[in-house]
Amino acid sequence: MNIIVCIKRVPQTAEAEVKVDSSGKDIEKDRLIFDTNESDTYALEEAVLQKEKFGGSITVITVGDEDSEETLRIALAKGADEAIRIKVEDLDELDGFKTAQILHKIIKDMDFDIIFTGCLATDDAYSQVGTTLAKLLEIPHASLVTKIELSENSADAYRELEGGLLEHLKIKLPALFTIQTGINVPRYASLIAIRRAARKELNEISKTEFGEMKSNSFIEELFTPPVSKLAEILSGNPDEVSEKLTGIIKEKGLI
Amino acid sequence: MNDIFVLIEHRQGVIRDITFELLAFGRNLANKNNAKLTAIIFADNSKKIIDKIKTQADKITVIENPIFKDFNAESYQIALAEIIKKENPFITLIGHTAFGMDLCSSLATELKIPFTTDCLDVEINGKKLSVTRQMYDGKLNVKLQLQENDSYLVSLRAGTFPAEDGNLNAEIEKIESPISAEPDYRKFIEYIEVVAGEVDITKSDVVIGIGRGIKEKDNLDIIDEFADAIGGVVGCSRPIVDAEWLPKDRQIGSSGKTIKPKLYIAIGISGAFQHVMGMKSADTIIAINKDPNAPIFNEADYGIVDDLFKVIPVLKNKILEAKA
Ligand SMILES: Cc1cc2nc3c(=O)[nH]c(=O)nc-3n(C[C@H](O)[C@H](O)[C@H](O)COP(=O)(O)OP(=O)(O)OC[C@H]3O[C@@H](n4cnc5c(N)ncnc54)[C@H](O)[C@@H]3O)c2cc1C
Ligand SMILES: Nc1ncnc2c1ncn2[C@@H]1O[C@H](COP(=O)(O)O)[C@@H](O)[C@H]1O
Repeated sequence: MNIIVCIKRVPQTAEAEVKVDSSGKDIEKDRLIFDTNESDTYALEEAVLQKEKFGGSITVITVGDEDSEETLRIALAKGADEAIRIKVEDLDELDGFKTAQILHKIIKDMDFDIIFTGCLATDDAYSQVGTTLAKLLEIPHASLVTKIELSENSADAYRELEGGLLEHLKIKLPALFTIQTGINVPRYASLIAIRRAARKELNEISKTEFGEMKSNSFIEELFTPPVSKLAEILSGNPDEVSEKLTGIIKEKGLI
Repeated sequence: MNDIFVLIEHRQGVIRDITFELLAFGRNLANKNNAKLTAIIFADNSKKIIDKIKTQADKITVIENPIFKDFNAESYQIALAEIIKKENPFITLIGHTAFGMDLCSSLATELKIPFTTDCLDVEINGKKLSVTRQMYDGKLNVKLQLQENDSYLVSLRAGTFPAEDGNLNAEIEKIESPISAEPDYRKFIEYIEVVAGEVDITKSDVVIGIGRGIKEKDNLDIIDEFADAIGGVVGCSRPIVDAEWLPKDRQIGSSGKTIKPKLYIAIGISGAFQHVMGMKSADTIIAINKDPNAPIFNEADYGIVDDLFKVIPVLKNKILEAKA
């Protein structure tokens, strides 16, 4: 089984303050922590688990700036065999369609049975790159996969629908699957593996080798979402806020 | 202007809520831009679906075939591409749901038309189209201009647009399915239901929701004690289930359960829209989160901005005192 995994380095914004920069089209990145996109870590783990079962090799690919080398090295430490970075210094000019086109240019000449991507990158939140890439490669896909059973030429894929309902599909290989979180429990890389990966060579390809590519969309502006209803924030120390909240809960007859 | 298309989403003939949201939004967009709204139904039997939506569109195009009994993104994609190529609608609206996510990108790529996902708003300006969507865990909105074109495809976020009654009387057009068999490279097998556990979080008046802010599995004890004190059950956000700290039937949100308790307390949950979709109908919502900018505070009635580990033990004691 030769498996390709597409991974992306993204800022961790769930707990951080996210500010629009002076251009109005991007965010201030200097104080943010970056890490591998969440669902991509599940995609990689799934590749490693399948390789442990069936043999073969894993190639991780990212379209990214120099900092995303770190993301590739972590993937190597967790079990990927090869790593490719398609060099793009100005990440902001990428939309989902353009990213998929770039990935297509490199993957179309590669030998693979399966491509795993994440189901969603938490920065731009398109949920688009994987399924677009599948179409460009003219291979079948299934998105939001939370369980997969492989055999020689096909896969039983289970997509997660609303309410947790699963949709069971049979798909011919080669195929692309966008992986949803929870499909497995991703491993941590060991220190020895991280050290070994640090010495490994990364393949780097310049995006310009692929010629011009089109974006589908252009950012006009970023702005703070308008607030329809803001909670009444209770102020004070834990004792005071707890007192107030207990009063409210009691008044509403909930205890 | 050319038509506005809305794709009807149903599961084995049962219309999904998103369909009514798309129709309401599509109708407003059509009115504003002097366009006709056409609903597209793929089904094995469309009668019940037509009855439910016929006041909500100018025209309904029906493609009836046994292969459309169950949703298969590939069959839909092939058939819908044919219809869009022929009719050239100005815009096609599809839900950003598990169904839409599997269909839209490949459809737009096949048609070579500009496409973007998960939109909160769509604005038409002459031949130009711009949309509003969210990025960075819902912390920022972005306004995007799509590449100018004759035809666009956009997916819309579920739960964003209120459904509305219509007063139209749709003209019905039945057309032959462009395909007659499911593609052999992708076959629908079956739906599989989630197994029910011992606790049913949809039945409780008080639900305590815990999220990634809990940090470690062992810390769940603090939440269990608090839930016991207040007399509620514990539900959670998706990462808690992913980490296998709680079973799937405790997950609240679009891919979990929808709850409508009298009281919901979200603790260490950021308020991603997929989570909010499952709990926004609670009568009273309280959020406890150390991040003052967490989107959950836009949904809650009352908020505490602090470390949950400092607040919860104190709050538990106050609740016990108040009950005594
Ligand atoms: C197709 C799809 C379906 C999904 N379905 C669901 C679903 O059904 N349900 C669901 O929940 N999610 C769902 N998600 C995931 C969703 O997008 C979010 O990733 C998830 O809801 C985030 O969970 P969280 O709020 O617990 O974690 P985070 O977003 O990481 O937030 C953790 C929060 O805890 C706070 N915090 C941290 N430490 C403390 C502390 N000591 N005290 C107080 N606060 C603290 C932080 O400020 C932060 O706001 C889905 C995603 C996709 C793509
Ligand atoms: N720049 C990138 N490089 C490599 N893979 C990417 C990149 N952007 C997105 N992907 C893949 O596509 C998935 C979905 O991204 P998106 O469509 O942007 O939500 C991610 O989880 C990654 O697997």
